[in-house]
Amino acid sequence: MTTARLDLDRLGFDHGAHLLVDRALRALPGGGRLRVTGSDPALGVHLRGWCRERGHVFAVDPVAGFEIEPGPAERQRLTGAERAGGARPEEIVRHPPAHWGLAARGALVEAGGPSPGWFDLADRDVLWADLAPRLYAHAAAAQWDPATAVAWNASFELADDIEAAVVQVMTYLVENEQAALVIPARLLSRVHPHFREVQQLLAVQAADEARHVEVFTRRALLRGSAMGTSSAGGRASLASLLAEPDFTLASFLLSVLGEGSFLALLAFLDEHAPDPVTRQVARLARVDEARHVAFGVAHLEHQAALDPTLRGRLRSSIERRHDALANTAGLNADVFDALVVLAAGEWTPAAIARGYRAVQAMSRAMDDGRRQRLARLGFPPDEAAELSALHTRNFM
Amino acid sequence: MSEQTLLMGAVAYDPKVVTIWEGFRGWLRDSGLPFDFVLYSNYERQVEDLVAGRISAAWNSPLAWLRAQRLAGAAERTVRAAAMRDTDRDLTSVVVVRADSDVSSLADLRGRTIAVGAVDSPQATLIPLAHLQSAGLRQGAGLTVHRYDVGVGLHGDHVGGERAAAAALAAGKVEAACMIDANHLAFIREGTLAPDATRILSQTAPYDHCNMTLVDTAPEELATRFIDLLLAMSYADPQVRPLLDLEGLRTWQVGRTSGYAQLDAAVDQSGFYDDRGRVTAAEYAP
Ligand SMILES: [Fe+2]
Ligand SMILES: [Fe+2]
Repeated sequence: MTTARLDLDRLGFDHGAHLLVDRALRALPGGGRLRVTGSDPALGVHLRGWCRERGHVFAVDPVAGFEIEPGPAERQRLTGAERAGGARPEEIVRHPPAHWGLAARGALVEAGGPSPGWFDLADRDVLWADLAPRLYAHAAAAQWDPATAVAWNASFELADDIEAAVVQVMTYLVENEQAALVIPARLLSRVHPHFREVQQLLAVQAADEARHVEVFTRRALLRGSAMGTSSAGGRASLASLLAEPDFTLASFLLSVLGEGSFLALLAFLDEHAPDPVTRQVARLARVDEARHVAFGVAHLEHQAALDPTLRGRLRSSIERRHDALANTAGLNADVFDALVVLAAGEWTPAAIARGYRAVQAMSRAMDDGRRQRLARLGFPPDEAAELSALHTRNFM
Repeated sequence: MSEQTLLMGAVAYDPKVVTIWEGFRGWLRDSGLPFDFVLYSNYERQVEDLVAGRISAAWNSPLAWLRAQRLAGAAERTVRAAAMRDTDRDLTSVVVVRADSDVSSLADLRGRTIAVGAVDSPQATLIPLAHLQSAGLRQGAGLTVHRYDVGVGLHGDHVGGERAAAAALAAGKVEAACMIDANHLAFIREGTLAPDATRILSQTAPYDHCNMTLVDTAPEELATRFIDLLLAMSYADPQVRPLLDLEGLRTWQVGRTSGYAQLDAAVDQSGFYDDRGRVTAAEYAP
């Protein structure tokens, strides 16, 4: 039987001596004992109590110091412990169990403990896209500061009613950005932390939307203090988005169709903005939105490849939403008119005709984009065209 | 119901007692034992009910064990200490002074003031005071005792009195304080005592703490299975491990009665109970 020795010198348990004792006990061969010596006057008292609580047998050594016979409890604590998958994205598992909970992916998880029910989005094939880690890294690097990214002091002159059109469009954008903030925030709180890159991506997406809310509000209030109107139909359209509890369908309706359509709207504002501040905020938001759309498409593409029934479910989600909104007005009429005026820039028949054409071109661009993305998910061209036409008139 | 169920008493010294025994109850029932527990607000009523046969088992403090023995003797019943935690064995108490104190031996405490825990605390009052008495120091005769009566009736399970005694030492209100060996370190870690600010003046001989007491009226087959199941609980079992952690043990061990002599002598010396188990302590109202 081996007896190892440990001299603690003057170090007492009130200054961390247990770390050295623990380390020496771990290094003992099976059946070994540890003789501890030291000159701290309280060593015998504290070592006795510490050993008792840890399940080690403590004895006063008749020659000098104390002898410890280690108990099995420290080893037993990790009986049944398991790795929560692997740390790297290639090592994720398909169905992480609820009891891994908040444990870091790849951590050694002690058995027992709670099995929280709130991470109900826990299926790799529903959540994952191989693109997620890279998209997250890109998103984290692309964060911009609303205070400095926009030249808020840029000088420009706008006629009052052109300015009013800008304010109306901004009011509409804020309302939509708020929906786009709440939806990923709600989903991310349900994502099993095992899929942390998806959580991180959704968190940054929500933070992107928070900045969009800020810059659009700030542009609206740049020259005045009143916001525009919010229509019942617009809010009904957004409410039907928030009502979708299914991760896949929510991300389809929001990211692929809604934010996808917004890419064309923001490009329109970039091109036709009557002032440099409006142009800048639209351009900044569009870069972020492109990332949101990319994740939505990538994740659904991945899922469509695994699940042949997916397209049928996507189709019915569009139809359901279309039916639910059939009796609402769709796009706020004030918004449509404001877009025309904004693009016209002045109140002449020729300018209004130009603005009207620009808005029609934007609608076509939205439809083209939706059909292309639906095609990437495997819908044949005629079905993609049909489904794109059923998308909400509110754009988002 | 008592014919089919083994009924155990436990004292509710802390809300966690409910968590612990509901957890153990689930585990014991899953293992096939019809088991239930009742909670008491103090140990005196629990041991009276045990000896009267109203419960079969009692999770007893060491003081409650001694009273159960005395009551049983008077009632011509027998009780036995069937199981105990590994952590109930070989505790010591210490007498602590401030590091800069001029007191360097127990004898130096003559004429000084010492803080103890609650009147019914074995570890922070009864055993340390008997220890001091063996050095010729007794309350009123060379020693002033400040008692911190927190959780009276809980036999010192509530750590509040012990902590208050330590805090009185730190605040300079007394010149020494009594506590369990492990609590000296715990009070330093939690900040009740500053590191290096105190010195251990004296340590008692080892003594044992709680035990699972069975009375001879208990249904024998159920009582035996109950103890066997306690002894079979493993720290490797994730279902019971959190409960063992809460209750402060790694394994249940077979009970032994060799570690209660110090407290037994202290009870006699202080007249806490008489030899028939009647409560005779002054200023004790659980
Ligand atoms: Fe946005
Ligand atoms: Fe977005």
